[in-house]
Amino acid sequence: MLLLGGIALILTGMIFGDIFAVFVLHQNAARVEEGLSAAAHAAVAGDSTSVGGSFRDIGSFLENRGTKVDTHVHMVDFGYLALLLAIVQPWVAFAEKTKRGLGWMFLAGAWLLPAGVFCIHYVGLAYSLLRAIGWASIFADLGGGCVQLATAAYLVGLCKRFRSPIAVVDGLLELRTNAAQRLLAGGLVLVVLGFAHGAYYAATDLYRHEAADYEILSRVVAGSASQDAVRVDAALAEYGQLQGDKAVKIAAHAHIIEFGLLAMILAFFQPYVNLSERWRARWVVVLLTGSVLLPVCVLFELKFGLFAGGLADVGGLMVIVALVAMWIGIVRYGGRLDDSGESAS
Amino acid sequence: MSAARRILLLGGIALAIVGMCHGTWYAVFAEHQALDRIGGSLATAFTHASERNAAQATVALDVYREAKYAHERQVDAHGHWIGLAMLLIVVGMAFDRISLVEKQKLALAIGLLAGATLFPLTVLLQIFSHGALPRVLTIASSALMIATLAITAVGLFANRASS
Repeated sequence: MLLLGGIALILTGMIFGDIFAVFVLHQNAARVEEGLSAAAHAAVAGDSTSVGGSFRDIGSFLENRGTKVDTHVHMVDFGYLALLLAIVQPWVAFAEKTKRGLGWMFLAGAWLLPAGVFCIHYVGLAYSLLRAIGWASIFADLGGGCVQLATAAYLVGLCKRFRSPIAVVDGLLELRTNAAQRLLAGGLVLVVLGFAHGAYYAATDLYRHEAADYEILSRVVAGSASQDAVRVDAALAEYGQLQGDKAVKIAAHAHIIEFGLLAMILAFFQPYVNLSERWRARWVVVLLTGSVLLPVCVLFELKFGLFAGGLADVGGLMVIVALVAMWIGIVRYGGRLDDSGESAS
Repeated sequence: MSAARRILLLGGIALAIVGMCHGTWYAVFAEHQALDRIGGSLATAFTHASERNAAQATVALDVYREAKYAHERQVDAHGHWIGLAMLLIVVGMAFDRISLVEKQKLALAIGLLAGATLFPLTVLLQIFSHGALPRVLTIASSALMIATLAITAVGLFANRASS
């Protein structure tokens, strides 16, 4: 249940992320830039009413973007956590019924939180009893609470098992197949590369970006106050470049680590993927190639524009297709067990 | 199950819970206020600019910078705690395949857990102190994380080569 539910969460999160990247992300960024430009030009003209209106629009665009990014990230991360909890199940010292109940609680929360976050932008504060938090946020927090409770309960179950002398043997951890070893090795390399890139970004860009953000906005504000529209436009163009540079570097860092982690987790489930060794190896290659292609192309998106963006989407699609193939393999494995159970009875 | 593996599995799940609790606390009690402060201060800066009041506009921009700085670190700490926790769990599951002696594995597991716990914590510390110390601690803890993970990778590859 946690295994299939986890992969379903990851797949839905990835497909949602792809749709968001293609149809919402760039358009939304352009609207934010237009809003900022409108606010700056209203300030140049001395029209403080229009400044307020432009910032209300910007706030709405940013909320729309932020909630969709959060939906994507939480769905994928809860999927990963579900897979990891599925692997440690043999060591959780609870009755099967309790474990299943906790699994349902985890999955319910893992779907409720992203669904709630997605609705925040559309529901707002309608009928809310609180001044700042709407119903969608309340349901999202409730979902988060379910996930936390279930995870904490699994932790207690693990602690109980570790205190008991009974040894647990689990074939999942043997990593006998070539596909599993390649996924583990490839995933680990991706994670290490992602860490190195993150450290490089923190050392060279993070503080520079923060300083530039403030410095450019100061120039926009100063230009507006002195009614210097040329200075304002130059600074706004620079601000757009800065936001783009920041976004692609953070996205590349996050995606390479997430895909590495996914590959490592999937390594443990290869014995459950009921496909021939040749096809398993093929899907591993597709998954790892897509995992490299997406972050690398995202990184080059500012330099090569739509070409790199398109290739990044292809990379994302490759990961999704490989994941669907493995998911089908696991469903087939479940079906095989059911068949053998029926014939035995 | 070896002690090193237990440290990584239990430590990883505990760290994930810490990250989730931090995220819930931030979402419920601080995030809405932080986002309002970021948006509000930037709007105020532009409004003052439209009134030709450059001094007040700069004050509002300073508030914006401070609020955004804190918000980004809160979000980074939440994301990194949970991400690193999941990495600890998955590395823990593969830990018996590392070709190191048990004592070295234990030290490596403690190093991984310490790096994964301290790195996001030092990122949070940067909110309270803008001095050099939190940044040095962040660099040190991230270096610890990268070094221990690299040793883990080498250990796994060495095991694979020998088998």
